Amino acid sequence: MSADVVAGHRRTRKFVPDRDVPDWRGRYEPYDLAKEFLVALLVVVVLVAGLAVLFGSPDDKPVTIKSWSTADAVDFATTAITELDGSSGTATYGPPYNLNGDAQSIGPIAPAKWLGVHHPIDTANDYVLGPLSTLTDDPATRAALVRYEAASPAQQASWTAAYEKAVASAKFTGGELVVPQGNYGPVGVLISSLTSMARSGALDGALLSSRQFYGTDYTKPLLFIADGQYLATLASNQHLAGEQWGMMNETGSYPGQAWLWLYTLWYQVPPANTSDNGDIQVFAFMIGLTLLLALVPFIPGLRSIPRWSRIYRLIWRNHYREIEHPSRGSDPPTSPPRSEDTAREPVPV
Amino acid sequence: MTVLDPKVERPDQADLDKAADRPEDADQWTARIRHTAVEALPPQRLLPDRQPAYVASWIYVFGVATVAALLVVIATGLVLAVMGPNWWHVSSTGLFVNSLHLWSVEVFFFAMVVHLWGKFFMAAWRGKRRATWITGVVSFLVSVGAAFTGYLSQQNFDSQWISTQAKDGINSTGAGAIFNVTNFGQMLMWHIVLLPLCVIALVGVHVLMVRLRGVVPPFAADDETPDGSQGSVDGPAEVSA
Repeated sequence: MSADVVAGHRRTRKFVPDRDVPDWRGRYEPYDLAKEFLVALLVVVVLVAGLAVLFGSPDDKPVTIKSWSTADAVDFATTAITELDGSSGTATYGPPYNLNGDAQSIGPIAPAKWLGVHHPIDTANDYVLGPLSTLTDDPATRAALVRYEAASPAQQASWTAAYEKAVASAKFTGGELVVPQGNYGPVGVLISSLTSMARSGALDGALLSSRQFYGTDYTKPLLFIADGQYLATLASNQHLAGEQWGMMNETGSYPGQAWLWLYTLWYQVPPANTSDNGDIQVFAFMIGLTLLLALVPFIPGLRSIPRWSRIYRLIWRNHYREIEHPSRGSDPPTSPPRSEDTAREPVPV
Repeated sequence: MTVLDPKVERPDQADLDKAADRPEDADQWTARIRHTAVEALPPQRLLPDRQPAYVASWIYVFGVATVAALLVVIATGLVLAVMGPNWWHVSSTGLFVNSLHLWSVEVFFFAMVVHLWGKFFMAAWRGKRRATWITGVVSFLVSVGAAFTGYLSQQNFDSQWISTQAKDGINSTGAGAIFNVTNFGQMLMWHIVLLPLCVIALVGVHVLMVRLRGVVPPFAADDETPDGSQGSVDGPAEVSA
């Protein structure tokens, strides 16, 4: 039985073993916290240094648009035409980049849609037409740009569709992108010029340039690179794809973010691995599980699991052994604290 | 010329202690804060040299190891911050410091997760320790965010791939409107300023709460309600505030 003090009166409240604790009336023993901490620190330092010496850390070079277009010019051209005709992953993404796609939702709950566009990307202008417009000393590209921009949207769509079909059979030979003939108007010149620009490294700079000299926002080039197959192929070779539990892995055989295992798990099973709204479903589920973990002290049943599991008897096995076999106990139940300052009460721990 | 004796000019500690308890200072904010702090966490409670006999298990080491690993994470992170984000890509010394940083994070999370599950199976929230449990869980979550932004700030293939994959999850919640995982500058600031401050503050509060409430006692041996003369709802009366 226990007591609370309410308005000067003591009232009893039932003892709940998963919420309350009995008074500790046993003995206290010397415990050198400072020494324990210092030893732990030394052990951690030695362990970390040993692991760092033995295994180092991964640092694979990043993919640039130059390295991508040099290694796989056809994939670059194939991606570039989808940026121009608005069918790429970024072009059809929706918020926060544009309004061309549906935001993920659970029923009526669509937070991305509510918040709208915050990092606007117009793939045709930002990735293709804008960078090409900087090639002022290239008459062929200038003429192709003028012709494309003067055409009707229907004509543009016809050209880009024809090029998208043709580029599927393209090859890169002799330093040139060779695309089968087709009725794609100026688009062939545009994509060929963009490919040359990318292979020279100029497109990397063009996509990073902003209204100010310094910049740290790589959103545009990263999303462009991610729209192609090249980055995904490299990642898959490094066991980083989504179906390879990629969110918790990193390049090489390093442990990565192993603590994300539960988050990654939900991407491997239905409904998240088959739904168009898989990301928000996983987040919603993880938020629910996290709340359960944080609030477990308040949830009857859940908070009883430790008592039911009896794993605590392993942790406190010496304590229970002394209780169940008192003859093996060493000291009388209570020994007063040493310090005079706490002589009237047990030493707080 | 008169030479002042510093011993005469400087009040000794006993005088200061007396002055601190003057009745006319009862309403002084500074005095009240000190009294409250010392009353809640007297030196013997803040750094005790005795523990109940049940505090005898390897599981207790992992809480201390978590704090120790956090110190190594912070120290190695400070070295990386001093030299700048590009240093470890071009210097073998920098790469080694980055390796120390990476492995200290791995050890930190290993110790923290063992500590967390150890405390779960001890039902360490019992006896007015619910806030201690919650600050521990929140510390873990914020640490996950700190590590995640670290991976995004590496400026290598891993950060490219992780950011372009993670954006879908973050964007789906709407958080992508203000938390742009493909913005290196923003992620670096979160990684080296905002989230470390949160982790340090949370861990500090968590440790102080552990000192305030003490280490949770074992369950009653027979799983029965303890004797009324010995039990209290929220913990030992002498210990619980």
